[in-house]
Amino acid sequence: MSLPRYAARRALVGAGQVVGVATVVFVLTEALPGDAAVVIAGDQPDPARIALLRDQLDLDRPAWQRYLDWLADLASGDLGVSLVSQRPVAGVLAAGAAPTVLLAAATLLLLVPLSVGLGMLAARREGGRLDRALSATAVGLYAVPEFALALLLVAVFGIRLAWLPPTAVGTGGDLLSRPAVLALPLVVLLARPFCSLSRLTRAGMIEAMRAEHVAHARRLGVPERRLRLVHALPNALAPVAQQLARTTDWLLGGVIVVEAVFVVPGLGTALVDAVTARDVPTVQGLCVLVAVTTVTVNLAADLVAFRLAPRVGAAA
Amino acid sequence: MTSVIPMPAARLTRRGLLGGAAAAASATLLAGCGDSPTGTASDRPRRGGRLRAVFAGGGAQETLDPHLANLFNEASRAKAMFDKLADYGPDVSIRPRLASGWEPDAGLTRWRITLREATFHDGRPVRAADVLYSYARITDPKRAFRARASLELIDLRGSRAVDDRTVELALRRPFAEFPNVLAAFGAYVVPEGADAFDRPVGSGPFAFGAFQPGRSLLLKRYADHWDGAPHLDELEYLVANEESARINALLGGQADYAHDVTPTTARTYAGDARVRITRMANSTMQALAMKVDRPPFDNRDLREAMFLLTERQQLVDTVLSGAGQVGNDLFGKGYQHYADDIAQRVPDLDRARFLVERAGARGLRIPLDTAPVASGFVETASVFAEQARQVGLTVEARSGNKDTYWKDILTGGVLACYRSGAMPIETHISQRLLSTSTTNATRWRRPDFDALYARAVSSTDEQTRRQAYGDMQRVLHAEGGFLVWGFADFLVATSPRVGGVSAAAPANTLDWARFDKVWLG
Repeated sequence: MSLPRYAARRALVGAGQVVGVATVVFVLTEALPGDAAVVIAGDQPDPARIALLRDQLDLDRPAWQRYLDWLADLASGDLGVSLVSQRPVAGVLAAGAAPTVLLAAATLLLLVPLSVGLGMLAARREGGRLDRALSATAVGLYAVPEFALALLLVAVFGIRLAWLPPTAVGTGGDLLSRPAVLALPLVVLLARPFCSLSRLTRAGMIEAMRAEHVAHARRLGVPERRLRLVHALPNALAPVAQQLARTTDWLLGGVIVVEAVFVVPGLGTALVDAVTARDVPTVQGLCVLVAVTTVTVNLAADLVAFRLAPRVGAAA
Repeated sequence: MTSVIPMPAARLTRRGLLGGAAAAASATLLAGCGDSPTGTASDRPRRGGRLRAVFAGGGAQETLDPHLANLFNEASRAKAMFDKLADYGPDVSIRPRLASGWEPDAGLTRWRITLREATFHDGRPVRAADVLYSYARITDPKRAFRARASLELIDLRGSRAVDDRTVELALRRPFAEFPNVLAAFGAYVVPEGADAFDRPVGSGPFAFGAFQPGRSLLLKRYADHWDGAPHLDELEYLVANEESARINALLGGQADYAHDVTPTTARTYAGDARVRITRMANSTMQALAMKVDRPPFDNRDLREAMFLLTERQQLVDTVLSGAGQVGNDLFGKGYQHYADDIAQRVPDLDRARFLVERAGARGLRIPLDTAPVASGFVETASVFAEQARQVGLTVEARSGNKDTYWKDILTGGVLACYRSGAMPIETHISQRLLSTSTTNATRWRRPDFDALYARAVSSTDEQTRRQAYGDMQRVLHAEGGFLVWGFADFLVATSPRVGGVSAAAPANTLDWARFDKVWLG
C-alpha cells in the first residue's frame, strides 16, 4: 500500500474514533450521579433551587437532544459554552493547552536524545558495565510512581534545599515567565518514559545488530559507526516511535498527578475541574481535544514506522 | 445562605493542633512580635506591598459575580471587592457595614436603612437605588442565586428609596432578625444595572485589576473605601487545589498566605520559622444528622441513646486531631443566643444501653451515610461505629458520591455525617429546623417548635426573644435530630511577614479571609 493511501485510510478511521469517543464520554458523563445543578446547589440542596438551576442550565431537555445539538455545533466548529461560567469552551481549552503543550514539548525535546542516545550506548556492549548500570537505574526509576517522585523532589529540592521553586503557583499558566518552575515537573515527566524508551532502544539495537542485513553490511566492510546509525538504528526505532507516540499522547492529555502537585493549570486539571462541576460541554470539548491529539499522534507514529520499516507499518 | 460552601473540588479542612486554648494563644500571637527582626511582621500596620494569598479554586468555572460566590476563594474575593449592608461579627452577631444603621417600624414589617457615605470604584456614590437593584437581582425568580432564599422575605414592590442614602424595605411578615438577612451569604451590593462581572465594579476595599479564572486574580487598593483604605497596595489571589501544594508554595516563598490547611500540616511546621498558623475557633459544626421522621430515629429513646453513647472528646482528638472543642448537640457554640446554660452532655454508656434496650434496638444495624465531601467525614463514621458497638448498635458506614452528597442525604437514609459553617442561630433554625425549611436534613417538623420560632422572630422584646431561643435549644438538646459532637477550628498558614490576620473570626464571618486589615513586613 502507498503511504498517501495508508494515511488517508487512517485519517478517516481517526475521525470516526473521535466521534465515538465523544459519544461514549457523553453517555458516561450523563451516567454520573448528579448534574451541574446538584453540584452548584452544594450543601444547600433546596429542591426548588435545583429545579430552577436545571431549567436555567437547559438540563431539562432529554439527553439525546442536547447531544445532537452539541454534535451539530461541533460540526460547525463551535464547542459551545461552559454550563457553569457561560464562557466559551474553546477558551478553556486554549488556556489549559498552553502549559500542557509547553511541558510536553520540553519533555520530548529532552527525552528523545537522552533515551535514544543512552539506549544506543548501552547496546554497544550488551551486559557491559554501562549496560548493567543503565538497566538497573531504568528498572529502579520505573518502579517509582509519578506522584511519589514528585512529592519527593518537592520536599528535597523545593523545600529543604530550596534550590528550585516547589510549585508553579503565581505563574498563571505562563510557565516560561519563570522557567525555573519547569525543572521539577520535567524531571518527573521524563523519569518513566526515559526508562521505557532507553530500554526499547537498547533491545532494538541489539536485535538489529544481529540481523542478517547488518551482518551482510559488516562483511562488505561498512564502518561500525555507519553500521549502527544507518543500518541498525532505523529498524530499532520503529517500536521506539510507537512507544514515543504513547508517551506524547500521555503528555498531551495533561498528566493530572504532576499538574496537581506542581499546580500547573493544564488540561488534566481542567478536566478534573470540569468533571467535578458536571460541566458537560467543557468535559466534551476537552475529550474531543484529547481524542484528536491521540489519533493524530498515533497516526503520525504509524506513518513514521511505516517509513522506517514498511513491513511493520503495513501489517498494523 | 449557609456556610461558605466549598464545591466538592475544594478540600475542606478545618482542624488544628491544640484544641480550645489554642485560639486564644494565636490571638495574641500576632500582637506579641515586638521589635521585628527582618522578615517578621511588625505589630503595627505597614503600608504597601502585594500579598499573595493561595486558596483552593474552582477551575475555569470560577466567577467574579458576588451573588454567585460559592467557594472559599470566591467568598473572599467578593468580600474584597464588594460590601454587604451588614456582616457577621466574631460572635456571629450582626455588624453594620454599608448600612450605618437600621430602624424597624412598630410592626417589624418596614425597615428604614441608612447608608454610609460610600463610593464605588468608578467614583459613583452607593445609593439606595443600588441596594434595591442588587436585592431585585438576587431575588429574581428566574435565577437561582444563593441568597435568594434569605432575601425573599423582602417585598421589593412595597420597598422604596426614600432618598439616595435611605432605603425603606418592606417585609412580607414581621421579622425582628432582619439584620441577619442584610448579612446573608452573597447579599452584596452591586451598582445599579450591573449584570456582567468580567471587570467588576464594587464598593469594597480592593478594586479589580486582572483575572484568569482558576488561576489568579489581581486586585488593587481602593484608597477611598469608607472603612479606611487597605494597608496593602495589591492583593493577588492564587489557586492551588491540593493542600500540600498550598503549604509548599508558602514554604517556597511563592505565596504569603495559605488558606485552609490541615492540622497535620500545622503540627509538621509548628517549630518552623517560615510558617505561622492562625486558628479560628468555632468555625465548623461537626454533627451526625438523625432523621426523626422515620425508623429507627423516630424513637426518642434511641436518639437520646445516641447522644449518650458519643465519646465526643475522642472524636475531637481523632477526627479533628484535637483542633476543636466538644459540642453539646446544639449549633452555634460561642455565637449570639447560644444556650450555654445547658449542661454539657457527657457519655453515659449504662443509660445508653438501657435506652437502646427500651427502644428494642439491640443489635440493630444502622447505615451511616458518609462521603469524602468534607474533611473528617469518613473518619467520623468509623470512629462513631466503634463507639456505638459498645451499647449494642451496629452502625455501618455507607460511603456515597461526594458530588451529590448533600442532596442525597437531604431526603435519603436515616443517619448522615453533617457539618455547617458559621451563621446566626436564627438562620440555622429557619433553614434547617422548621416545617417549611427547604434543607431540613433531620426532618424535624414540630408545630410547637415552629411557634416558638415565630415568637422569637416577631417580638420586639429582646427578653422574649432570648427566652424563645433558649426554649428551642432546650427542646433540640433533649430530643433533636442533630448530634453535634464538636466544633472544628479553621486553620490558615501565613508567612511571618504577614500581620493582622484575625484569629477571632469563625469561617464565614467578616474578618475571616479578609485582607483589608492585613499588612506585610
